[in-house]
Amino acid sequence: MRILVVGGGTGGTIVANNLARRLSAEIRARKVRITMLSASDKHMYQPGLLYVAFGQMTPDALYRDQASLLEESINFHVDPAAKFDLDNKRVTTQSGKVHEYDILVMATGSRIVPETIPGLAEGAESFYTEAGAVKLFKKLRVIQEGTVAVVVGVPHKCPIAPIEFVFSLHDYFKARGIRDKIKIKYHYPIGRIHTIKEVATWAKPEFDRMGIEYETLFNVGEVDVENQVVKSEEGTETKYDLLVAIPPHRGMEVLEQNNLGEGGWIPTDRFKLTMIGHDDVYVLGDTTNLPVSKTGSAAHFEAEVVAENIASIIKIGVPVREYDGKVYCFIETGHDSATYAMFNYQTPPDLKSPSKPMHWFKMAYNQMYWTSVRGLL
Amino acid sequence: MSDSKIVDARDTFCPGPLMELITHMKQCSVGDTLELLSTDEGSGADVPEWVNKVGHEILSNEKIDGVWHIKIRKAK
Repeated sequence: MRILVVGGGTGGTIVANNLARRLSAEIRARKVRITMLSASDKHMYQPGLLYVAFGQMTPDALYRDQASLLEESINFHVDPAAKFDLDNKRVTTQSGKVHEYDILVMATGSRIVPETIPGLAEGAESFYTEAGAVKLFKKLRVIQEGTVAVVVGVPHKCPIAPIEFVFSLHDYFKARGIRDKIKIKYHYPIGRIHTIKEVATWAKPEFDRMGIEYETLFNVGEVDVENQVVKSEEGTETKYDLLVAIPPHRGMEVLEQNNLGEGGWIPTDRFKLTMIGHDDVYVLGDTTNLPVSKTGSAAHFEAEVVAENIASIIKIGVPVREYDGKVYCFIETGHDSATYAMFNYQTPPDLKSPSKPMHWFKMAYNQMYWTSVRGLL
Repeated sequence: MSDSKIVDARDTFCPGPLMELITHMKQCSVGDTLELLSTDEGSGADVPEWVNKVGHEILSNEKIDGVWHIKIRKAK
């Protein structure tokens, strides 16, 4: 049985490690072989970019060698997939190597596409890449006064990030003693300040208390870089001194090139996590077209279901679990407090009051992630 | 030529039905129609509010067996 995992991010790594443990006897007996293809020999802890943007972490702390995170029995290749032939169960890599599989796991993730909005790439800062987060910090540390505008592209990875960023902005400028000289204006695509109703209800009075201005029903349409004005599709505009964007995302280009899904998102069964029409192809994390948060947390819980089901199919012939839509997101509510949102397809989040211990737990998790992605936590 | 497509956002809290709709609206062409399915009680009002503000067109909006079925045409 040949299992091919395409993608070495959170979801792919957890699936591969989980499978390697569950199927260790079968691997030793050479009945199962696990192969992973990735675009990089490095693994980044992406939530850490928020801290880089505020000078609380340096980028080097966000990386580990991907090979060091994987069980030894996993055949790891830095050679990204280029062509998918699902009918003949074959994936060809960029180097031209062909990998045949019995079960394929698609965990290719997503990418930012600020260039899809006129002026956004040139006019806005962002913390969704290492270079972007460092550049943003260098801007934040020198700004003395004016309007910092935050805009949110759709769809985007980590739906909590816009709120976390704004709370952190408030604390950062307060610590610098210039909060009264900086206007923070937050813009959000739908009719409340966060897509999760419970988060919006809790955050609104916090915004009011902190003096954070907000405009809802604001989808970024265009950035006039020369005049420093961001305009919405809905017909409003904001003048800014510093513009920060949560950039819009798409699935990976290779998936679009192979016609695997509109926007690079693969049509996926929301319970089985298999590709629609292909029961031998599993999909998880950002790669799916599911109405589920694009977060490492969702990828983690999906990966556990996928690994358990693949292992049980190999051992007893049938899957044993369905994904229930579970997501758990920490919410940093500033530089010294946090809360969390946990929900699934049926149960809405029940938000607790932010606390310091929850922030410390998040700080600890930033290190525990490396245990988690090894499939041990 | 217009396409018609279902956006099934039932039982989702994040990113939520309206955010799902906006994602799909960005992917389709002017003249295409989408039908949003949502179990979020607020969708019956939230979705038309955005659609009207941005300048698309609501074709129908009804609740059937606890599910909102909202048809929208992309107008720009």
